[in-house]
Amino acid sequence: MSLYQTLAARLKRLTLVPAPVYAEQPSRRLRFWPMMATGALAIGVTLAPAPQAQAQGLTLLNVSYDPTRELYREYNAWFADWWEAQGNPRPTIQTSHGGSGAQARAVIDGLAAHVVTLALAGDIDAIATRTDLIAEDWQSRLPQNASPYTSTIVFLVREGNPQNIQDWDDLVRDGVEVITPNPKTSGGARWNYLAAWAYAEANGLDPQEFVGQIYRNVPVLDTAARGSTTTFVQRGLGDVLLAWENEAYLALAELGEDQFDIVVPSVSVLAEPPVALVPGNVTDDNLHALATAYLEQLYSPEAQAMALRHYYRAWDTSAADPEDVARFPEVNRLTIQHFGGWAEAQPLHFGDGGIFDQIYQE
Amino acid sequence: MAVRSFTLKAPTPMPGWGLSFGIMLTMISVVVLIPMAVLLWRGFVDFGAAAMWDVVNRNRVWNALALSFRAAFVASLFNLAFGVLLAWVLVRYRFPGKRIVDAAVDLPFALPTAVAGIALTAIYAPNGVFGSVITQTFGIRVAYTELGIWIALIFVGLPFVVRTVQPVIEEIDHETEEVSATLGASRLRTLTHVVLPMLAPAALTGFALALARSVGEYGSVIFIAGNLPNVTEIAPLLIVIRLEEFDYDGAVAIAIAMLAISFALLLAINLIQIWSRRRMGAV
Repeated sequence: MSLYQTLAARLKRLTLVPAPVYAEQPSRRLRFWPMMATGALAIGVTLAPAPQAQAQGLTLLNVSYDPTRELYREYNAWFADWWEAQGNPRPTIQTSHGGSGAQARAVIDGLAAHVVTLALAGDIDAIATRTDLIAEDWQSRLPQNASPYTSTIVFLVREGNPQNIQDWDDLVRDGVEVITPNPKTSGGARWNYLAAWAYAEANGLDPQEFVGQIYRNVPVLDTAARGSTTTFVQRGLGDVLLAWENEAYLALAELGEDQFDIVVPSVSVLAEPPVALVPGNVTDDNLHALATAYLEQLYSPEAQAMALRHYYRAWDTSAADPEDVARFPEVNRLTIQHFGGWAEAQPLHFGDGGIFDQIYQE
Repeated sequence: MAVRSFTLKAPTPMPGWGLSFGIMLTMISVVVLIPMAVLLWRGFVDFGAAAMWDVVNRNRVWNALALSFRAAFVASLFNLAFGVLLAWVLVRYRFPGKRIVDAAVDLPFALPTAVAGIALTAIYAPNGVFGSVITQTFGIRVAYTELGIWIALIFVGLPFVVRTVQPVIEEIDHETEEVSATLGASRLRTLTHVVLPMLAPAALTGFALALARSVGEYGSVIFIAGNLPNVTEIAPLLIVIRLEEFDYDGAVAIAIAMLAISFALLLAINLIQIWSRRRMGAV
C-alpha cells in the first residue's frame, strides 16, 4: 500500500462518504484557459511586490554576524535618536544576524543589505570579488581598517585552571581536551587556528605539526563559535575553550565568575570585524547619507563606549566606563597581515585541500 | 493504475480537471521540479560530471556519505520495529493518556529540528541526565559519537512508520485473526504469517519516508554529532562547508551524489514493495 493509498484510506474514513464511481466517458479536450489563469495567478502572487511601509523615515538594513546581536540592539536605538536629533525623520534600522560566512553568501545571493558588519574582512572581500556591490578598496574608506571595534582570542578554562593551561604549548599535552569550532564554517575558529600557528612559528616549532597536534585533542568540532561555547560551558566538555575575548567575558558575566577563568596566551591575534557600506544596494541619496552616518557614528565616543561595554576592544575610550577599559590585559596581537592577508591565508589554510584539510587527511 | 497516452485529453468527466491540473502542475514545477532541474543543470552542465567526481571521490566525502546513509538506515530500521509496535498499541489497546501519546508522535514534526538537537544533546551529553548514567554504567559516550546521530535520527523519523501503519491496523478485521486461530495457528504464527504481512507494505512506505527524511537531516544532528572529519561528520555538513567556502559547485556535486544514492535506495524499496504486494495478492 502506497502512502497515497494509506492517506486516501484515512481520508475516506474521515469523510464517511462512499467514493463516487464514474463511468469512463469519451475524453474531451482540456480547457486550457483555467490552467493558464491559475498558473499566471500563482506567479503573480509570488512576484507581487510586498507593500512598502515607508511612511516617512528610511529603512536601513544592517547584515551582521552572530555575537554582535546585543551590541547593535543598543547602537541602533542610540543611532536612531542621534539621526533624529540632526533634524532628520526617524529611521527604521533592521539588523540580520547569523554566521558571518552565511551572511556574506546571503548578500552575494541578493539580500539587499545597505551596510555589512561581519566577522572577517575575508567575508566582505568575498562580496566585493563576487559582485559589483562593493568596491575592492572598501577597507580603506573608514578608519582603522574599517574596524570600529576589535577583539582577540583567549583561553577560557575551568575554575582554578586544574590542567594548569598557560599558553598554546599546553594545548598539545596528552589528556588536555580543547574545544574550538570548525575553521571551515566559523570565522572565530580561523583566528584560533592562526593564533596557534603564529605561536609555533615564534617558538621554532613546525606550525603544521603543532596545529595538527592541537586538533588531535579536539573531541567536538562545532560549526560556530556560540556552539563551542555551549559545548564547553553547558555540556561540560573539554578542559579549555579557545574563544573570542568578548564571548569569554560574556560567559563569565552570564554564568558567574566563580566557574571559569580567562587565560591570556603569550601570542594572540588582532581580530578586526570590519564594517562596510554596500553602495550597490544604496541607490537613494538620502539612504546613502543615512548608511554612511550609521557607519561613521560607530567611531563616535558613545558608540565606542558601547562596544567596550559589550566586551569588544575599541579605539576611543573618552566616553567609556574606566572599568570597561581596564578589563582588557595587554596581549601581543598579530594582525592578518602577518599571515599575508585573508586573500592569501584563506586558500592556503582553509581552502579546499588546504592545510586544515591536510591535518584531517592524515 | 493504467498507463494513459500522453495526449492532453481530459481523462475524466469530473468537473474542474483543467483548473486543478493547472494548479498542481504550477506548484510542483515551482516547488520541486524546477529547483531540482537547476541543481542537476548546475552540476552536469556548468560544472561537469568529471569535475563532480573529483569532488566526491575522496575518503572524507565517502566517509561522510557512508556515515549519513548508515545512520539513517539504522535509525529507520529501529523506527520500523518501534513504529509498528507503537501503532499497534495505539490502535488495539485502551489506556489512560492514549490521546496524549497519539499526539506526541507528531511532535518531532512540529519541533524545530535545532531545538530537538539541543534538547537531545543536553540529555545525552556526558554531564546530561541519561548521558552521565550511560557513561558510568557502560563506559560509552552517546552525544558526540555516531550513537548520538542515531538517536537524533530516530527522533526525527519516528512519526513516519507510525502514521503509515496506524490506519492499516485499524482496517484489519478481528475476524482475520480469529480465523487464523480457529485454523489452529498459534498467536506467534498468526502474528508472523497473518498480521505482519498485511502491515508490510505500509510499514515499508513509512520506512522509506523515514530513511529519506533522516539522510538529509542537518539541524538536529549538527548539535549532537561532534562533527569530526571522517568520524562523525555527516554529508549535509560537507555541503554546508562547501557553501561557506563559496564553492557552490562542490556543494552541488555532493548534493547530487546524495540525491543519486537516495534515489537508488528508494527505487530498491519500491521494488521490494511491489514484490511484497504481489506475494500478498492485492492488499
